[in-house]
Amino acid sequence: MPDAMNPANEAVDPDVDLHIPTQRREFEDRPIPVLVVIAIGATMGAAARHGLDLAFPHAAREFAWATFGINVAGCALIGVLMVLVEHVWTTRRLLRPFLGVGVLGGFTTFSTYVVDVSLAVDASAPRVALLYLVAMPVAALGAVWVTATLTRRMIDRRTTQRQLADDAGDMPSYAERG
Amino acid sequence: MSFLLVALGAAIGGPLRYLVDRAIQARHDSVFPWGTFTVNIAGSFILGVIAGLPTSSAVMALTGTGLCGALTTYSSFGYEVVRLVQVNARALALLNVAGSISAGLGAGYTGLVLAQAILG
Repeated sequence: MPDAMNPANEAVDPDVDLHIPTQRREFEDRPIPVLVVIAIGATMGAAARHGLDLAFPHAAREFAWATFGINVAGCALIGVLMVLVEHVWTTRRLLRPFLGVGVLGGFTTFSTYVVDVSLAVDASAPRVALLYLVAMPVAALGAVWVTATLTRRMIDRRTTQRQLADDAGDMPSYAERG
Repeated sequence: MSFLLVALGAAIGGPLRYLVDRAIQARHDSVFPWGTFTVNIAGSFILGVIAGLPTSSAVMALTGTGLCGALTTYSSFGYEVVRLVQVNARALALLNVAGSISAGLGAGYTGLVLAQAILG
């Protein structure tokens, strides 16, 4: 495996990982643009979440489908985004702060998830609370795993095809020399 | 109107998550994502307090949906767990899932109880 495709060299924390030199420098180099794009992205993500909350309201004793769908979709998208940011869009320095930290961070929510579990217990719906408690991480983690794996596989295949094409392109020159 | 308040809260919560996460990593070098863990637990506590108080829908939109919603994140949490598994830190991945959820639940519930206790 080429070093650049080694998962051990990629960020663990998608918001910002100080183990990655470019991410460590991004805030020191351009603090205001970084914070501004995060704020704009978070505003967009949170407004979309609010719109879905209003479109699909739920009582305290009911399964919170809106938040469930939002968190699973956000996890699926960050799996695609982070692989692309680290392997394809490597020179776009504000893309991860805008889309990852801002839009997806603002769209998904951890606080509403845990407080809704407590509120469902208080509303005498312990089974709904337990189902929601377990289903959310299972679906969300599964979503990240699937999208990150598929995206990485697509990039690997494209890289291999390009290498094969390059090798094939080299052939005539050898033939000419021979 | 509620969209404006949500947007305002999120414009504070999103950058705050980035800055807190960064500050924690700068002081505490570790593979375990303590930054995300901290904002998620803190945001859960604050939302618990707000949900336990008889707040208006405007206050809820600004501080709950906007600020706490953007301060906390499920996408970063989910991505971190999968990354920890990929770098063969399976114990840390499991600890992050169990720890974040149990601490978040505890923090949110403590906030709810605290708010109700203050109200009497």
